[in-house]
Amino acid sequence: MATEPRIEPLAPAAPAPSRLRYRRWASYTALLTVRMKELLREPEVIFWAFAFPLLLAIGLGIAFRQAPVEHVPVAVAAGPGSAHVAAALGGGRFQVSVLPAAQALDRFRLGAFDLVIVPANGGVTYRFDLARPESLLARSLADDALQAAAGRRNPLPAASRPFSEPGARYIDFLIPGLLGMNLMNSGMWLGFALVEMRQRKLLKRLVATPMRRADFLLALGSSRLLLMLLEVFLLLACGVWLFRMRVMGSWGAILILGVIGAIGFSAMGLLASARAEKIESASGIINLVTMPMWVFSGVFFSYERFPHAVLPLIRALPLTALNDALRAVILQGAPLASQGWQMLIVALWGGLAFLLALKWFRWT
Amino acid sequence: MMEAMEGSPAVLCRNLHKTYPGGVEAVRGLDLEIPRGECFGLLGPNGAGKTTTIEILEGLSAPTAGEVRILGLPWRGHEMDLRQRMGISLQETRLSEKLTVRETINLFAAFYARPRPVTEVLEEMALTEKVNAWVGKLSGGQRQRLAVATALVGNPELLFLDEPTTGLDPQSRHQLWDVIRRFQSAGGTVLLTTHYMEEAERLCDRVAIVDHGRIIALGSPGELIESFVGPHVVEFALNDAARALNWAQSLPGVQAARQADGIVQMNVREPHRAIPALIAALEREGLTLAYLSTRRASLEDVFVHLTGRHLREA
Repeated sequence: MATEPRIEPLAPAAPAPSRLRYRRWASYTALLTVRMKELLREPEVIFWAFAFPLLLAIGLGIAFRQAPVEHVPVAVAAGPGSAHVAAALGGGRFQVSVLPAAQALDRFRLGAFDLVIVPANGGVTYRFDLARPESLLARSLADDALQAAAGRRNPLPAASRPFSEPGARYIDFLIPGLLGMNLMNSGMWLGFALVEMRQRKLLKRLVATPMRRADFLLALGSSRLLLMLLEVFLLLACGVWLFRMRVMGSWGAILILGVIGAIGFSAMGLLASARAEKIESASGIINLVTMPMWVFSGVFFSYERFPHAVLPLIRALPLTALNDALRAVILQGAPLASQGWQMLIVALWGGLAFLLALKWFRWT
Repeated sequence: MMEAMEGSPAVLCRNLHKTYPGGVEAVRGLDLEIPRGECFGLLGPNGAGKTTTIEILEGLSAPTAGEVRILGLPWRGHEMDLRQRMGISLQETRLSEKLTVRETINLFAAFYARPRPVTEVLEEMALTEKVNAWVGKLSGGQRQRLAVATALVGNPELLFLDEPTTGLDPQSRHQLWDVIRRFQSAGGTVLLTTHYMEEAERLCDRVAIVDHGRIIALGSPGELIESFVGPHVVEFALNDAARALNWAQSLPGVQAARQADGIVQMNVREPHRAIPALIAALEREGLTLAYLSTRRASLEDVFVHLTGRHLREA
């Protein structure tokens, strides 16, 4: 039932009045200022972006710190030869008590000793518990010590050098992983913020002004980068000051990885928010994307523990690539150029997400 | 003023249609022409297509069919120019709660080529005392005024206000009316939607009543009242509410009558003839009045007359 439009074609000479110039820089800086203020006034942002990773680093760093070398409690049953045995074990890691045999076994059962040695006939009998690893260890250590004291020579010369340098501890592994996870979370969180703005009809209100959409996205991205600088600095500073972590690579390289990670994951956040009308659905999408990477991408433990068949898939995840590159640069001092593949993977994910987001994103 | 298309209407649309993907026809062939300098009201019940229409005119939604010209220009190819020259207040926008009033207005001002001084706009909207308050801490009326302030700060020629006074207390409402009149007297054009008939009668030069996606009446409030219902309404009720009153329709000076909930409502052109005739007829029938009142007819009566529904009903 559509009728012919009755509007006469317009004369082509209707140029926009030139004095109405859009002030791009003013718009961009106003958007960026407002975005930063909003972020810093949001307690959740402060917590998740700054406090949460620091608390995780501190908590896990303390929980998995290198335990001081512990003494091995050993009981020697009193009787002929017990003094000789006690002397042979003395001075090392052993904490030796000489007790009547019955009492020694009683207290062994309660866990006071890892091992009871009963001297007899010029030799010894070890009483230990197969189910307790520390008991097995004590038996083996005590046997080595007693055999050596009795004059055993090792046919294979072997030297031991304990290894607990900074760089190889759990906290050293953890901090770059947390950094990567944080870059992912903060970037995806952007999607959350956008859906909230859509739900509030704020996006629609903004596009009803002369604001250019590109400036809005640019301001969002810039605010993300500013926040990223703080996040990277805080986490690494925590590692360096609290755990004497050594940053082997250049800060410039770390920063470039930070930029790639922050922008890449922001683009994925943008895509996650492209259509969602409600916070709840956005949060579902974001969790669906981030949860597997929390587990598989080697944040808390090495992904090499997964079956070899799935490793190529895991390595193709953006967070895996980012974590690998961060660890290589921070822990091993690898040059940025050696992490080309990893950077490419993150950039590809981010670039693809950005293109799809531009296509699907709903402003109104 | 040196704008191109100076003589063209501020808003012009022809044969506007909007069908949503689900098949809902929100707008079904709507024509509108608003000359510059006019305050125009789009009235209608919820779901009539007012918001869809205004969002198409605002360039936020594309029509399924039909033509739109704003300030003489089509949206395509002139979007940034038109946005510079328009101010918009959407229905139910919730601005960022963690920004202050001043920060919010500064943000919107930054988008425009020739913004008005921020302090002047805040003063006009009576928000000066709240400049440093977070938006989240404002009352509903203050938020609504802030929303209108964001529309005014760009120094627009054309103002679109979607239900600007919904939820406002009477004082804020009067304040907003003053702002709209001032904007209009400075040469601006206003298109607003509202539920409040009193508001439309006081504020609008012309109104269109929209129902089921079409304009069912168009004209100045006075013209509509005059042509559809006559200037007066006489209402009465009887002690014996059950009696049929078909004869009320044919009393002298009565244009139309209808009965609802025991109350008879008559549209009357000449109350001085109709009321004596009514009294005489009641005496003749042996009936007694329980209630009698006369009032000036309103746009609400026009709407009820045209659709059989009240404007506030969905």
